[in-house]
Amino acid sequence: MAIDYSTKIPNNVDLAANKTLQRALEQWQPHYLDWWREVGPEASTAHEVYLRTAVSVDAKGWAHFGYVKMPDYRWGIFLTPPEPDRKIAFGTHRGQPVWNEVPGEYRSTLRRIIVTQGDTEPASVEQQRALGQTCPSLYDLRNLYQVNVEEGRHLWAMVYLLHAYFGRDGREEGEALLQRRSGDADKPRILGAFNEKTPDWLSFFMFTFLTDRDGKYQLAALAESGFDPLARTTRFMLTEEAHHLFVGESGVARIIARTLEVMKELKTDDPGKVRAAGAIDLPTLQRYLNFHFSVTLDLYGSEVSSNAASFYSAGLKGRFGEEKIADDHLLADSSYDVPRLDGTAIGVRHEKAQLALNERLRDDYIADCQAGVDRWNKLVDKAQVGQRLTLPHKGFHRKIGAFAGAQVSPTGKVLTAPEWAAGERQWLPTDDDHAFVQSLMKPVTAVGKYASYISPPRVGIDNQPLDFAYVRLSA
Amino acid sequence: MIRQHLIDPEVCIRCNTCEETCPHDAITHDRQSYAVDAAKCVACGDCQTPCPTGAIASWRRVNAPYPVAAQLSWESLPLELEPAAPADLAEPAEVQALTAQAHRAVGVVPPPWSAAHPYVGLYTEARPAIATVTGTLKLTADGAASDIRHLVLDFGSTAFPVLEGQSVGVLPEGLDADGRPHHVRLYSVASPRDGERPRRNNLALTVKRVVADREGRPVKGVASNYLCDLKKGDTVKVTGPWGASFLMPNHPGARLLMICTGTGAAPMRAMTERRRRRLQLDEGGSIHLFFGARNPAELPYFGPLMKLPRQLIDVELAFSRVPGQPKAYVQDRLRARGPEVAALLAGDDTFVYLCGHKAMEREVLATFAELLPDFPSRLETLKAAGRFHVETY
Repeated sequence: MAIDYSTKIPNNVDLAANKTLQRALEQWQPHYLDWWREVGPEASTAHEVYLRTAVSVDAKGWAHFGYVKMPDYRWGIFLTPPEPDRKIAFGTHRGQPVWNEVPGEYRSTLRRIIVTQGDTEPASVEQQRALGQTCPSLYDLRNLYQVNVEEGRHLWAMVYLLHAYFGRDGREEGEALLQRRSGDADKPRILGAFNEKTPDWLSFFMFTFLTDRDGKYQLAALAESGFDPLARTTRFMLTEEAHHLFVGESGVARIIARTLEVMKELKTDDPGKVRAAGAIDLPTLQRYLNFHFSVTLDLYGSEVSSNAASFYSAGLKGRFGEEKIADDHLLADSSYDVPRLDGTAIGVRHEKAQLALNERLRDDYIADCQAGVDRWNKLVDKAQVGQRLTLPHKGFHRKIGAFAGAQVSPTGKVLTAPEWAAGERQWLPTDDDHAFVQSLMKPVTAVGKYASYISPPRVGIDNQPLDFAYVRLSA
Repeated sequence: MIRQHLIDPEVCIRCNTCEETCPHDAITHDRQSYAVDAAKCVACGDCQTPCPTGAIASWRRVNAPYPVAAQLSWESLPLELEPAAPADLAEPAEVQALTAQAHRAVGVVPPPWSAAHPYVGLYTEARPAIATVTGTLKLTADGAASDIRHLVLDFGSTAFPVLEGQSVGVLPEGLDADGRPHHVRLYSVASPRDGERPRRNNLALTVKRVVADREGRPVKGVASNYLCDLKKGDTVKVTGPWGASFLMPNHPGARLLMICTGTGAAPMRAMTERRRRRLQLDEGGSIHLFFGARNPAELPYFGPLMKLPRQLIDVELAFSRVPGQPKAYVQDRLRARGPEVAALLAGDDTFVYLCGHKAMEREVLATFAELLPDFPSRLETLKAAGRFHVETY
C-alpha cells in the first residue's frame, strides 16, 4: 500500500478520512518537533544525512535513500497491511477474529503496554544525543542518525495508537511521552536501562546490539497481539529495528577487528600496549559486554510474572514466534524452568509456563545474543590471538528478579560480598575504562576516514562506497 | 552458467527481514546463517532493499547452484568460479539481415559520432507493423495522482530494430469525432536495442494516461488511454522506428548527462539499461541522471532505479510535490551539484540528453548558463558535435 505523502503526516492509514484524529496528531506534531530540537541529536539540524525513508510499506518501497536534513525527515504512520481473516493465535480468545478496536476490559492494560514500549523510543534518542560530536566516521554518524530518526518514528507509531484508540487518555499519554526525560531525577523514563547514559560509541554499539535487541523481542511479542493495529504497527517497526541491530553487531565487530589487528601487529595481548596504540583491549570490551547484557536482561522483568500471564491469556502479548510454536497456545498445563537461588546454589524449578513468559522471552533473547557473540568470536579464532568473548551468566549483576540482591560471578558462582568486591573491577567497566574509552572519542569527519579504534565496514550503506559522504556536515 | 543469489555470511546479522519478506519462501536459516534456495528464488528482488546490511546483494556465477546446506556451512562467500563471460554483443540477426535502410534526419543536431546506425521509417501509417502486448505493468502506486504504465510489445517475426533514444508511432484503434482515423502518437522506446527481454524481438514503452490538459481541464488522451487500457494478448499498429539524432554514444568512456521529468525517463532508462547490460565489459564512462517527478509514488521505475549499482549511475531525484518539503526541481539538483555539472558540460566526452516538459528545458538551459559562464558558445559546440540532444513536449 502506498504511503500518502500529500498530507502533513505521511501515513498509510487513510488519516485524511478521520479528521478528528488527523487534527489531534497535527497538534502533537509541532510538540514532537520541539522535543526533537530540544533533546534530539545535538547540533545536527543543518546536516544533510544520507537517510532511508519509507515511501511504501512493501518490499520495494520502504527503503528509499537520499540526503535529508533530520528535522525535515518524513516521520509518519506506517502499518503493515492487514492480513485478511487474521485470528487471535493464543490465549483464551484463540481462534476468534482479531480486534480492530480496543476491548473494554483490556483498555488500561493495553494502554500501559503501548506507553511502556513508546517511552523507550524517545528515551534512546535522548541517551544518544551527544554521540554525534564524537563520531568515529561519517558512515557511523549516518548510522547513528538513522537509528535516531527511526526511534523517533517508532514513537510516532505508538502515539498513533494512543490517539486513535484511547481517546483523551491516549492524547495525554502522547504528551507525557514528550515530557519525560532520560536520566532526569524528577521525570525519568519508565524503564531503568533507558535512564543510563550512552556516553561513548562503544556503549552505543553495545546498546544497539543488546538493548535494541530487547526491543526486537518485545516488538516481536507484540506483533503477535490480538489487537490488530498494535500487531501491524510493531510488525513494520521490526523491519526498521533490524538496521539498529546491524549497527550494533557490526559496530562491535569492527572494534574487535581493529583490536585484533593491533594485537597482531604488535604481537601482544597486553591491554596497556593495545590501548597505547589507540585500540580498545579485549578485557575492556568484555566488561562493557557484561554491563550492557546484564542491565538489558533486567528489562524482561521478574522470572515469574502474573502480569505477563494475564497479557498472554488475554491475547495481548504473545511469545516470540508464537505462530511457529507447536503447542496448545494456552499454556494451560505446561511448565517452564526458571532459575532459583537457593543459598549459594543456583538451581531451577518448574514453574507454570504461563507465569514464566518473561523468562522464556529472556531465554530466546539470550540465544540470539549468543549467536552474535559467536560471530564475533569467529574473528578472534581467525586472528589466532586473544581471548574469546563470552556472555556472562544470566544471574550476573542483576537488579530485578530471582538474582536481585545476590552477587553472582560471570561464570555463575554465587559470591560473598568480599569475593564480589575483589572481582568487580575485572567484570564491570571501571572509571579508568570509561576514561580511556572517552579519551578515544575524537570526531573523525573526513570522508572515508575511520577512528583508530574501529575498522572500516565491509560494505557501505545502499551499495555506496566506503569513502562516500554519508553526512554532509553544515559548516 | 547461471547467476545464483546468495547471502554474504560475513555481513549478514540474521535479522530475518529477508526471510520474512521473500514472497517465494526461498530464504531459510539455521542458528548461524541464512541461505537462498535456488530452486525457489525467482530473483524478484523484493529482499534487496529491506536488507539493512547489504549482505543480501550477493551473486555468483555458477554451473550448478550451491545447495542450502552448503551455504549454511560457509564462513565466507566462495569466489566466483570463472571470470564474467561477456554478454552476447551481436545485434539481433534480423537487424543484420536488413540492408535496405530508409532514414531521415530529424532536428538539426547530428547523432553522436559513435552512435550505432539507426533504422528509420521501416513501417508507416499505410503499412504499420503489428505488435502483440506481452506485458502491461502499472509503475505508479495505487492512489498516486498519475497512472504511468510500462508496456511490452512483441513483434514476433516482424523486424523492428530500434536504438535507445528512438521513438515509435502508435495508431490508436477507432475513429475520431469526424469519422477519420486517429493521428499517430509518438512514444520513446524505454528498452535497449536488444529488447526488454534480451534477444527477443520486443520493446518497452512508458505511457502516462492523459486525463487532463496543460491547464488541468479534463481531457481523455486518445492514444495514452488506448495504450493504458490494452490487455496482454491485444495487438497494436506501430510505425517507425523514428529518430536518428537522439541516440547514445557507443564508445568506451563516454559520459552521459541525462535530465528528465516524468515519462521523459523512457530514453534514459533505455540507455542506462544498455550500459548496465555491458557493465562487466568495464568500458568506463559514467551516467549522471537528474530525474524530476511530483513525488516518489509518481516517479516511473523508482524501485528498479534505486537498485542500480552506484558504479553505473549517479542518480539525483527532485520531487516537487512532497508536502512539508520545499518544492525541488531538476534545476535545483543541478545547482546543488553545480561544480560537477559544469565540469561535465565543459568536459570532452560528455553527451547531454534532455527529455520531458518544455518548461523543464527552459529552466535547465538557464541553469546551465548560470553554472558555465560561456555556456551559449559551449552549447553550439556541443550541438555541432552531436553531444546535446533535446526532446521536450
